[in-house]
Amino acid sequence: MWLFKQLQAFGQQGVRAMEAMGRAAFLLLHSLTWGGPGSATWRDLVKQIYSVGVLSLLIIVVAGFFVGMVLGLQGFTILSNFGSVSALGTLVSLTILRELGPVVTALLFAGRAGSALTAEISLMKATEQLSAMEMMGVDPLKRVITPRLWAGIISLPILTALFSLVGIFGGAFVAVDLVGVDTGAYWGNMQAAVQFYEDVVKGLIKSVVFGVVVTWIAVYQGYDSVPTSEGIGKATTQTVVISSLAILGLDFVLTALMFGGI
Amino acid sequence: MRMRYIELAVGAFMVVGIVAVVAMAFRVSGLSSDSQGSTYVLKARFENLGGLTDRAKVSMAGVTIGRVNKIYLDPKRYEAVVEMSISKNMNTLSKDTSAAIMTAGLLGEKFIALSVGAEDEVLKDGDWISETQSAFMLEDMIGRFIFNNQGKKE
Repeated sequence: MWLFKQLQAFGQQGVRAMEAMGRAAFLLLHSLTWGGPGSATWRDLVKQIYSVGVLSLLIIVVAGFFVGMVLGLQGFTILSNFGSVSALGTLVSLTILRELGPVVTALLFAGRAGSALTAEISLMKATEQLSAMEMMGVDPLKRVITPRLWAGIISLPILTALFSLVGIFGGAFVAVDLVGVDTGAYWGNMQAAVQFYEDVVKGLIKSVVFGVVVTWIAVYQGYDSVPTSEGIGKATTQTVVISSLAILGLDFVLTALMFGGI
Repeated sequence: MRMRYIELAVGAFMVVGIVAVVAMAFRVSGLSSDSQGSTYVLKARFENLGGLTDRAKVSMAGVTIGRVNKIYLDPKRYEAVVEMSISKNMNTLSKDTSAAIMTAGLLGEKFIALSVGAEDEVLKDGDWISETQSAFMLEDMIGRFIFNNQGKKE
């Protein structure tokens, strides 16, 4: 008897998880397109890109610079053992372009912008602003979710490009100016090794995928939250936890698909 | 006023993003706009490339004058064919110019070094470089060295 109860509870969890996924998929498909009564305008999108993208600039640029500097320093200490310091530029640029740029930017973005999105939307829900919109015949998905979703999808690749560029220059700062690697060796070997499509574009493809996933999780958690003060806190935590795990897991899948030849 | 500031900031943000991608294209991955149009193609056969890759440098007297475009195997002669694009400024390479695959440093990248010959006729777009020297293979050298030493002992 006890076994049946356990099995039933397990089944219930499965059904609930499937329902949640269905709601999330519906939310994404419905709010990717514009239009409908009271739909968001161009200006709403601009406002959201400002709060999601422009305000994240500082943390991204500072983090990128330090990540690049650390890579430059660590790479130098290891490579100097083998007398191949001239490969430092290649090491720093490929690491940042392929992996660290997209992943670290997405993690920071989930913490800085994703959590804010969830908190904002779930507070709208708790204060019944979303139901008020429905009463007025305005679709809250089109009005509230669409511009936020697109702002995230547009902002993250831009932030990633900046992160990578600043990181490579941070590595150059440490390598060339502090520990004395030859400028020509750093940039020349980098330019010979890095390919525009193979490394730069594939890194940006990763960041587009992360942009969709992180913002999707953030708006879904906000929209589906329990409308209490406790529920808002829980939804915000869930956003950061789930999107961080999703980023790291998806990163492996994307790397295997694009670079691994699996 | 506030909306105007936001719009300006977003515009600048997007421009900065595009500039970052362009900067990465040119500064980091070394795409250069002058590689199209102002170059011509030379081809050469090598017995062994020994790790030469696409976009490797082609240099003369240590100065880069072009890049490797394309590498493929000639299925009839079982030799590697390398197509390289050379800057149009260097259009005075003589017919008997020779090409060798060199290594930058002991473990560095491979590149093609051209050295000019003595004939008056010059190479044109699509011409073949007839005199080539394959890559120096460290493994072969070590193998030969070990083999020679064994021979001495006996």
